[in-house]
Amino acid sequence: MLEVGTKAPDFSLFTTPDQRIELNQLKGKRVILAFYPADWSPVCGDQMSLYNEMLKFFHKQNADLIGISVDSKWCHLAFSKDRNLHFPLLSDFEPKGAVSKLYGVYDDTTGESKRALYVLDEEGYVRWKYLSPVGINPGADGIMDALDEMNSKK
Amino acid sequence: MSKLRPDVTSNDHIQGNVNASVELVEYGDYQCPHCGRAYPIIKKIQKKMGDNLKFVFRNFPLTEVHPDARMAATAAEAAGAQGKFWEMHDIIFENQDSLNYEDLMGYAESLGLDMDQFEKDFNSSNYSDRVDIDFESGLRSGVNGTPGFFVNGEKYNGIWEDKELLTFLQNKVQELQHH
Repeated sequence: MLEVGTKAPDFSLFTTPDQRIELNQLKGKRVILAFYPADWSPVCGDQMSLYNEMLKFFHKQNADLIGISVDSKWCHLAFSKDRNLHFPLLSDFEPKGAVSKLYGVYDDTTGESKRALYVLDEEGYVRWKYLSPVGINPGADGIMDALDEMNSKK
Repeated sequence: MSKLRPDVTSNDHIQGNVNASVELVEYGDYQCPHCGRAYPIIKKIQKKMGDNLKFVFRNFPLTEVHPDARMAATAAEAAGAQGKFWEMHDIIFENQDSLNYEDLMGYAESLGLDMDQFEKDFNSSNYSDRVDIDFESGLRSGVNGTPGFFVNGEKYNGIWEDKELLTFLQNKVQELQHH
């Protein structure tokens, strides 16, 4: 994974069939990057649904949340609709896993992103990172602590 | 390792022996089918463990997937204002598929609550705020889905079905007795 203190590399990925998001456009905001293996995990408290409930906590901290997996934009569209998600899911689809590789969180054996979190500051520097065992939803306490710590260091 | 934050206080909804050496906290969602399955299991555990267990319920409604969950949680809190939190908690879990506003009002009535007061509390933000405070404490404690369990402040990541959780708790009692 990228080390804390490094500049997060820019990328541009599809979030809907006709819209891209570029990381550099989010300058001035904190960004939470949540890499995850795949849409459609079969439990109701899955990671993306949990984060979906937390957007107001993140926004209070001037932070935007972005989910990233290798699923296609069409798959994201269906998943997002089904779970009623209110944050963007980015499609690391072509070339497959390129951004996940850039961030050191691609799993070559499964061909999916690992379950990994980054918190970037307003200038796009990595301030916190976490790699979770792939089968375990890491929850949100780590992200919330990281955001709080950034406030205290200001 | 995720830890319960904040610790249990007298403001929490507590069942069983408040001085028990083993404390089980559940973060639950009234509309979550897994929590519904856990409900009788917890009852059984409470019965088996008796005075050796203190049980606490905190709200963790996932409102985007369970649109009635927060309202149901608020209803239980409002019933709690009249000393009937656990009665409402039980009725709600026993009727998970019927949790609209009228259903909840009906359950309150069946418990013999002062309905004018209940309706006022149910619709006031005091009790829904309490639900939200529970939810945030769950996030900070590292709850990653429901039901989320903590045993003596530590997140329990094991299986809660069958006898696993009971065995874990009973072992904990033993362990603490030997110290």
